[in-house]
Amino acid sequence: MEEGYLYYPGCTLKTKASDYEESAMAVMEALGKPLVEMDDWYCCGAVQSLTEDDIMHQIAPIRTMCCAQEQGEKEVVTLCDMCYNVLKQANERMKEKPDDLETMNEFLTEDPDYLGEVDVHHIFEILRDMKDEIKKKVKKPITDLKIAPYYGCMLLRPDHVAIDDTEDPHIMEGLLETIGADVIHNPKRTECCGSYHTVNRSDIVEKRVEDIVSRAVKDGADAIALSCPLCQFNLDFHQRNTDYDIPVFYLTELIALAMGIEVGMEKHKIDPRSLLKDKKILE
Amino acid sequence: MKVDRSKKAMEFLDKVEELSGESVNACIRCGTCSAGCPFVEDMDVLPERIFKRIVLGDKEGILEKNTMWICAACFTCSVRCPRDIDIAKIMEAVRQIVLREDIDMVDIDEVENMKELPQMAVVGCFRKETG
Repeated sequence: MEEGYLYYPGCTLKTKASDYEESAMAVMEALGKPLVEMDDWYCCGAVQSLTEDDIMHQIAPIRTMCCAQEQGEKEVVTLCDMCYNVLKQANERMKEKPDDLETMNEFLTEDPDYLGEVDVHHIFEILRDMKDEIKKKVKKPITDLKIAPYYGCMLLRPDHVAIDDTEDPHIMEGLLETIGADVIHNPKRTECCGSYHTVNRSDIVEKRVEDIVSRAVKDGADAIALSCPLCQFNLDFHQRNTDYDIPVFYLTELIALAMGIEVGMEKHKIDPRSLLKDKKILE
Repeated sequence: MKVDRSKKAMEFLDKVEELSGESVNACIRCGTCSAGCPFVEDMDVLPERIFKRIVLGDKEGILEKNTMWICAACFTCSVRCPRDIDIAKIMEAVRQIVLREDIDMVDIDEVENMKELPQMAVVGCFRKETG
């Protein structure tokens, strides 16, 4: 897509993570490469089905690949880490296992068949390659903000879908430095937040959140930056039973702020505005 | 632990390997998976012990443990395993053996904060814990 990127939202970006969608779309618009939502798309299923015999749960993500193909596009960009992971894993499986692709196409009513020629990308990969353009657009570098980047799992594992080194990623650090943030080394940045256990085993998530946030605070972080809406919910919501209350930003919110773009930040449980006012980033 | 080499017990090992596409016997019990797992403190049995029990045919012993349900498929063990075993796939296979018997591990009526939860959490949980 010459004028921008074909964008797959997924379910949460339209609701609980609308702050993320809004800020990412505003940033990409300002960079001259707008995110253009797909004409049609399906829920990815949130978690990848890992059994060899399960083709059924690959159908929804591959239908979305068919939608991209139908639009004549070869690239799809996601904001959500879990959508990225599921679409990427399902798509790679079809590319690597011709028998699975054949079975899939026998089932799908889409015409023509899925050809396996679409690639899935996460927004961080796009932003990483636009650091020079971002730098030119920075109006208010967020120099006084000490930010601990947090990657979680789904951008880095399994390794065949990783957007960076699985154990020592730097993509977020590079972007944070581009907007002038004071990047705090975060040794917990690739550890799982507890994921979907937030539904029925929240005690486990609370322990994970305490572990991750306490480390960031001890290392001097004012806030955490990330991209996964589920990590954002867990790290934000579950601080309520800890001694901590640091804001958890989507990285695109921070990029937008540095570019001087107004962002809503309406859905945050821990309101980041007082921190941003203290640091003279917001008036 | 009693070693069970009955046909039924070996069928369990075969089923895990068939569903996962991985070799359970390739495990050398080095403990790397357990060392890096962020959830071990909540598991009844460590991941590498589950491997041993699968090889020994201890199906009933495994299915009464919570290990595979505490595993959130974060893939940390999978990327670190020196034998290149995709351990998350083996945990998924064990979960699926239970779920395919029409057993659910989560009840929608008992979920608190449903309105607060992001959709992806609910979809993910029900995909991993219902048949």
